[in-house]
Amino acid sequence: MRRSITFRLNGDEVTVEVEPHWTLLYLLREVFELTGAKEGCGMGECGACTVMVNGKAVVSCLYPVMEVEGKEVWTVEGLAEKSPEGLHPLQKAFIERGAVQCGFCTPGMIMSAKALLDENPNPTEEDIKTAISGNICRCTGYVQIIEAIKTVAEEGHGKGTA
Amino acid sequence: MERELLNVVGKPVPKRDAHYKVTGQALYIHDIKLPGMLYGKILWSEYPHARIVHIDTSKAERLPGVKAVLTGYNIPEIRFGFYKDNTPLKKGKVCTMRDEVAAVAATDPDIAEEAISLIKVEYEPLPAVFDPEEAMQEGAPLIHEEHGTNVLKLPWKLVAGDVEEAKKRSAYIVKDRFRTTWVTHCCMGTSGCIAHFDPEGNLTFYSITQIPYLAQRDFQEALKVLGLGDKKIRVIQTYIGGGFGSKLDTHPYEYIAILLAWKTRRPVKIVFTREEEFRCTSPRQPTIIDITQGCDREGRLTFREVHMILDNGGHTSWGSTTPSVMMMPISSLYRVPNVLYTAKCVYTNNTYCQAMRGYGNPQATWAIECSMDQLAEEAGIDPMEFRIINANQPGETTPQDFKISSCALKECIEEVGKLLDWKQKRGKRNGRGVGMASLIHVGGGARVYRSDGCGTIVKIDDFGKVQVFTGATDIGQGADTVIAQVVAEELGIPVEDVTVIWNDTDVCPWDVGVHASRTTFIACHSAIGATRKVKAEILKLAALTLGVSEEELDIREGMVFSTKDPEKKIELGKLLRSVHYRSQGQMVMAEYFYDPDTVMLNREFKGNFSKAYAYGTHGVEVEVDKETGQVKILKYVAVHDVGKAINPMLIKGQIYGGAMMGIGYALTEEMIFERGELKNPNFRDYKILTAKDVPPMEAVLIEPWEELGPYGAKGIGEPGCVPSAPAIANAIYDAVGVRIKDLPITPEKVLKALKEKEGKD
Repeated sequence: MRRSITFRLNGDEVTVEVEPHWTLLYLLREVFELTGAKEGCGMGECGACTVMVNGKAVVSCLYPVMEVEGKEVWTVEGLAEKSPEGLHPLQKAFIERGAVQCGFCTPGMIMSAKALLDENPNPTEEDIKTAISGNICRCTGYVQIIEAIKTVAEEGHGKGTA
Repeated sequence: MERELLNVVGKPVPKRDAHYKVTGQALYIHDIKLPGMLYGKILWSEYPHARIVHIDTSKAERLPGVKAVLTGYNIPEIRFGFYKDNTPLKKGKVCTMRDEVAAVAATDPDIAEEAISLIKVEYEPLPAVFDPEEAMQEGAPLIHEEHGTNVLKLPWKLVAGDVEEAKKRSAYIVKDRFRTTWVTHCCMGTSGCIAHFDPEGNLTFYSITQIPYLAQRDFQEALKVLGLGDKKIRVIQTYIGGGFGSKLDTHPYEYIAILLAWKTRRPVKIVFTREEEFRCTSPRQPTIIDITQGCDREGRLTFREVHMILDNGGHTSWGSTTPSVMMMPISSLYRVPNVLYTAKCVYTNNTYCQAMRGYGNPQATWAIECSMDQLAEEAGIDPMEFRIINANQPGETTPQDFKISSCALKECIEEVGKLLDWKQKRGKRNGRGVGMASLIHVGGGARVYRSDGCGTIVKIDDFGKVQVFTGATDIGQGADTVIAQVVAEELGIPVEDVTVIWNDTDVCPWDVGVHASRTTFIACHSAIGATRKVKAEILKLAALTLGVSEEELDIREGMVFSTKDPEKKIELGKLLRSVHYRSQGQMVMAEYFYDPDTVMLNREFKGNFSKAYAYGTHGVEVEVDKETGQVKILKYVAVHDVGKAINPMLIKGQIYGGAMMGIGYALTEEMIFERGELKNPNFRDYKILTAKDVPPMEAVLIEPWEELGPYGAKGIGEPGCVPSAPAIANAIYDAVGVRIKDLPITPEKVLKALKEKEGKD
């Protein structure tokens, strides 16, 4: 039995028919064709599916779709689309600091970092490590990811866009 | 090209595809759908060793939406793998818990899963064996009866000099047994593929392979069996969510997708769940290593003797060939004149193994470098000094006949000593300690196949932009970027003007695959070769247009100009338009195939199989909690001889990533098998390191210009993960005086060793 839900997706209000058992990840990938969020494990353990719901980073592979009603959802595609320069400062920093290798964890990693900087624009290195500790990356060893996030925070670009 | 005047090489150019990846636009196999596509699903074995008595697929076949159900009994026999002991779907019996028993294709993934649950298989369990030493005993259950033994007939034996004679002359000798266990790649993108036959019967295969052109050949063998031997195969690679060696072979699931697609004449996609990724892909080979080493009174190594047993698992993939690479550190890490090495690969009913970053080197180096510390202690020499005494030198030929060109091993060791404050910190035994370990690895390709080649095509468009078609594959390491850098450097254009296209066997030239840390060395040489031909052609055309001689022309920032009279110039795009649009015009493009003049290892496993060799030393300071056995890394330094760094930022990324993988190998990662069944197939129980675990870490590049490398460069893909485990084990020994000899070094093992030591003291 399909149900209708309304929420804000990347800044725009959307209304969509969903099966109540769907996850948010399924809705984003299969219905909205926003494939930035990845399914790396489907069990909330790897963080590749991380998106923001009402300002918090959530693992969308476990997030029940009916819970999205009336909420504000941001994905990595939205960050780029709604940034004046076409890239959010985090996305830019990830590119410039070598924080991207295979790239599979990257969208989720960026969304976790975004949620952190929105809440805490001046994080310590420990804050950064904690914020992305649910996002597994096998390629980079995290060092350049942490550097990228630190750069954005130091430049004061953490908050504001999108 | 003069070293001092480089514009693009040596710069931290951002990864060329990073824009796609940070915006979610990069499409991985998981993101691709074709019209009419079906979803394939596999039924795995329920036993580690059992006879298949009967398979009832009737209920699955009747489920609406199911388009095909295959078993080993309704497909032709296709055999593959290094030992040709594997098939897509098993017939007669299963040999591991990950054996494929049946497969379905259905209109949606849920239906496919339901269909799998409706297949009933009747098994007759057989006696099984899970320990390679037991499997070698007479009367052990045979895994592949046709061979008459569980020991694979593989010739792994290396002899150099006379070890027995050297033993007599040695002042000090140490002997010990070390072990390593299974660890897995944990690629963030799980495995998957889409197989699709066109109406003429040609196969298009969307893939995450590291070996597109070798996969093409493997699949052609399968198509022959299907009566399609004359058909074409096109491999299209999507973005690849991590490789690390896991995609160096062709795998049963890929053949299953092809069989399902042929049966249904529709595209069929198979994507693994994370649990399948853990259970059903091929990890790093576990080893039992007996090592004996000796040195003279001055601390010079006299011999090294290593005997190894490798758990081959129930089938054979590339894991069984890792001894050929283990020989490299065993014969050539440090100067050791007399070497004896043997390895046995033994069938068991465990999972079977594949290539994983380092290809056997991490296991061999684990034993060698722990033993080096033991021998240094026996000889009463500081372990750092001991390593310096024995360090390889530029220009030497090793006992395996490797010709070492550039080598900064001594500098790497010394730099680690400096960064760790070695002399001050070592030998305190106060709960804190320092340790180090080094590595050698191929840094100039590796002739493990008859070719170590890579092709490149370069063309220039109407706007002076350059398209590079390379056989190389990018698995995230940055092939797309370093190739663009060398092409931009050669042509005198901005790196942004270069597009590297690498993912389509119909479009790109041939290459042997992304392995052996070879891509920067080989593919850049190839790209340089093609670009030089293109540049010569450009200068010839510009000379005609500008009315000057070719010799006085050069290109800078996209402008062809006379070095004598800079006013005489033409913009690259304009030149190209003029040759495209004029009558009897032409293309400006060139191809080049680079295959280094190396040799394959001979029957004695000797020969210079790489053009250059990479070195490095890792150092670590640890604190060991004597109450809990916890090991905390206080400082980690990774110093690597990389030749000239074409892209220092990307190289450091390889080193950090490798080192974190190595630290996981040392301390936390372990696939736990009980009677052939994996007990921890998820990220909760398989402990891959997270950002919280990153220790204070420094990557240092030592850059001796490698005369034989492209712009002086050597390979760096694998070395970063090789010496971590012994460096950490050596530091733990320095801290608390206990030596852990089997990986991973868990707190339980440390605590147990501490208790035993207390008992003794």
